[in-house]
Amino acid sequence: MKKFAIPLVVFAVIVGFLAVGLRLDPREVPSPYIGKAAPAFSLPRLNEPERTIGPADMKGRVWLLNVWASWCVSCRAEHEVVTRLAKTGEVPIVGLNYKDERADALAWLRRYGDPYETSAVDAKGDVGIDWGVYGVPETFVVDQDGVIRHKHIGPITDKSVSEVILPLVRKLKGTS
Amino acid sequence: MRRALLAAVLAAAMSAQAAIEAYRFDDPALEARYKSLIDELRCLVCQNQNLADSNAELAQDLRRKTYEMLVAGRSDNEILDFMVQRYGDFVLYRPPLRPATVLLWVGPFVILAVGLGVLARVVSRRRAAEIPSADGGAELARAERLLSENKDGKK
Repeated sequence: MKKFAIPLVVFAVIVGFLAVGLRLDPREVPSPYIGKAAPAFSLPRLNEPERTIGPADMKGRVWLLNVWASWCVSCRAEHEVVTRLAKTGEVPIVGLNYKDERADALAWLRRYGDPYETSAVDAKGDVGIDWGVYGVPETFVVDQDGVIRHKHIGPITDKSVSEVILPLVRKLKGTS
Repeated sequence: MRRALLAAVLAAAMSAQAAIEAYRFDDPALEARYKSLIDELRCLVCQNQNLADSNAELAQDLRRKTYEMLVAGRSDNEILDFMVQRYGDFVLYRPPLRPATVLLWVGPFVILAVGLGVLARVVSRRRAAEIPSADGGAELARAERLLSENKDGKK
């Protein structure tokens, strides 16, 4: 019995580490912004370049910032989910059109539909850097006080919407 | 012919270089700081590369940011803080020692210590097994004799 004790312990430790480690997605770097104020910006709107949009304009509402681009393949895949989420009318979605060409972005929205309340144009990607965006698409949940509550990396899915995003939105709005 | 070929190869190499943006520094010290910073910072997109090696769009943008901040006279620490504030400790190839990173820093030494412990045990056991047998080496002598006979026989 004693002979097996050490290998058994080593085995158990390895299994423990793998059980945790293999479930983590190394692509999901936790955002240091959770629970912190959303970085301010004021960018021209995609549809009305003479007007600007920024977190200050959304104060008092729970809202989502969805980072997208016409060149981003996963955004195309995510778009249906974003559209369905927008149609629920539960939460306004502001797009951050990241490092895109205006004409391409507008054509993309015409072709696939525009679920966004409006989209901010981040042509050089500076706001993306300020928000710690490192892969498109990304989605942030921001509360009434302008605090970032959640960050979803990669395309949102019906599952993440119904299990994480909407429950959080309802909780923040105090309607759950 | 050879010369023409060489010129062509060199020209191709130059255009390949031109694809990577080059920042001009008037001060060599600033350039050295730039190089060490982009060496130290991880590219978030291709996670096993640093900013210096990566050609991802984000890496290019972050190199530009680093350059702009250096030229604006910010210190290395300010630039590293800027990155950590946005992307977390993960951007640093040498993250600070914190409760969350203790395992990262101490882990290799723990494994080394365990390995040395196992090695010491194995060696001491083998030593113990090497104690000559009770018959005073008669068996060993017989085995050697048999072996040498075998050798002679094969000749």
